[in-house]
Amino acid sequence: MPKTEEYKAPHLELHEVIITQNQEISPEVHLISWKRTSDFHPGQVVKISVDTQTAPRIYSISSGNDDSEISVLFNVKEGGHLTPKLAGMIPGMKIWATKPYGSFTDTKKPAWWIATGTGIAPFYSMFRSGMAANKTLIHGVRKLNQFYFEDELEWAMGDRYIRCCSQEESCNVFPGRVTKYLSERNDLPTTINYYLCGKALMVVEVRDLLIAKGVPYQNILAEIYF
Amino acid sequence: MKDSLFGKTLNELTALAIELGLPKFTGKQMAEWLYQKDISKIEEMTNLSKKARELLGSNYEFGLIDSTKVQESVDGTKKYLFPTVHGKFIETAMIPDDDRKTVCVSSQVGCKMGCLFCMTGKQGFQGQLTAGEIVNQIRNIPEWHEVTNIVYMGMGEPFDNLDEVLKSLEILTSEWGFAMSPRRITVSTIGIVPGMMTFLNQSEAHLAVSLHTPFDDERQRLMPVQVAYPLAEVIHEIKSWDFGRQRRISFEYIVFKGLNDSPRHVQELSKLLNGIRCRINLIRFHPIPGTPLEGTDENTLQKFKDELNDKGILTTIRASRGLDIYAACGLLSTKELLG
Repeated sequence: MPKTEEYKAPHLELHEVIITQNQEISPEVHLISWKRTSDFHPGQVVKISVDTQTAPRIYSISSGNDDSEISVLFNVKEGGHLTPKLAGMIPGMKIWATKPYGSFTDTKKPAWWIATGTGIAPFYSMFRSGMAANKTLIHGVRKLNQFYFEDELEWAMGDRYIRCCSQEESCNVFPGRVTKYLSERNDLPTTINYYLCGKALMVVEVRDLLIAKGVPYQNILAEIYF
Repeated sequence: MKDSLFGKTLNELTALAIELGLPKFTGKQMAEWLYQKDISKIEEMTNLSKKARELLGSNYEFGLIDSTKVQESVDGTKKYLFPTVHGKFIETAMIPDDDRKTVCVSSQVGCKMGCLFCMTGKQGFQGQLTAGEIVNQIRNIPEWHEVTNIVYMGMGEPFDNLDEVLKSLEILTSEWGFAMSPRRITVSTIGIVPGMMTFLNQSEAHLAVSLHTPFDDERQRLMPVQVAYPLAEVIHEIKSWDFGRQRRISFEYIVFKGLNDSPRHVQELSKLLNGIRCRINLIRFHPIPGTPLEGTDENTLQKFKDELNDKGILTTIRASRGLDIYAACGLLSTKELLG
């Protein structure tokens, strides 16, 4: 028997927020922002929805913890119940969001950040929060225009920002998937932490590969889109 | 491609009957044919008029999907391979045990959760199953009349496909459907909290939660879901729920050598589960390729069980079934069949 029909964990409660920005930063990929009202740790997530009837979905925060807004990055999913509506919203309109939560949070120790697609979001948040000094960031995408925040990351991280593109080629970009890049590296450090963010298959393949190359599984933390 | 009748609820069947200009009670008649009788064609619904059957047949198909492969273990467990309507494959296990026959159904093609110890996770996620495809795994095996128990512990995370799982439960437990007691059905989750709470609200079936360690940092490395739905929150929600005397909550705990089998874990489990009337099912780890994990030895497993029981937590060791055909816990996979 339920305690009450409406019982919800406090952090899962949706609050009304007003959109301050909704920018298509790459074809079918948007960065949507609203005014920040609470603190968060880089790597945390929020649930968002366009109303109280549509089931919310979880998105990683991509803004830094000194930014005045909370931003999330999302792919517009054709036929999806949320993202096409979200993509059509303009500043001043309201959406619904939970407070930030989650434990995919890094420390100041050296680490590798590995992302595919919009999985760059938590690492961009960490980067904007001043945590990138001793980190290596590997970003895998299909098309060159999917290296979101590329200019900023390249300028600040230099050689520690590694781009992998599986369907198009360019100078300074590894031709192939992240798994191919990692499998060709024979010098992966085995004593640092690895943070993975992306789709399930990428995460399990990269995790298996790292373990096969001698990285203890205890050093691998993953966040999977679901 | 025609839509399937199989997998629709009574309300949906009634609505489609009305839409086709058929009497409202045709919905109930169809439900009985679909879920209670041994037919597989619309033409065999003989208490419907010929015109009604023709009308239905021109708009819908019956919707059963035959398995394409069956493997049988030395212990009698069978593993069925079913195609899905989108050209993927799922596996279903039928586990006989004395007078019980338990069917372990899949709820998704692959899985998004990426647990370190699970073979299904290694194929990633290929799609959701419909309620029809879930119920088909019970209705379309030769033993379907003898099935006593159903567990949603096959491929996928049930609460990541909540609507279809709830619909399948409605079909299985309604009088117009399979009329099974919800007390013979267990749905297992790794702890998708919103789905779990909706399920507790809308279904009477038992709940099983994959626990595997009481410590957050260990769990995060075994189960990425811990990042989004921490164990503390899962337990908090479970403690907020009154399960009554009939409904059961159990925790699944795969025992790994040197990782989660220590007295420290016993101590923490007893603290964590304090106040919950529950059972812990200890599960032997079935190694998968490339895993850094090992199963604990039998002596440690037995000792771990005894120590938990001594702490007042009812703890049992689940028998591993169907190991030789890769039907045991954590081994279901159709990765080699992916295009």
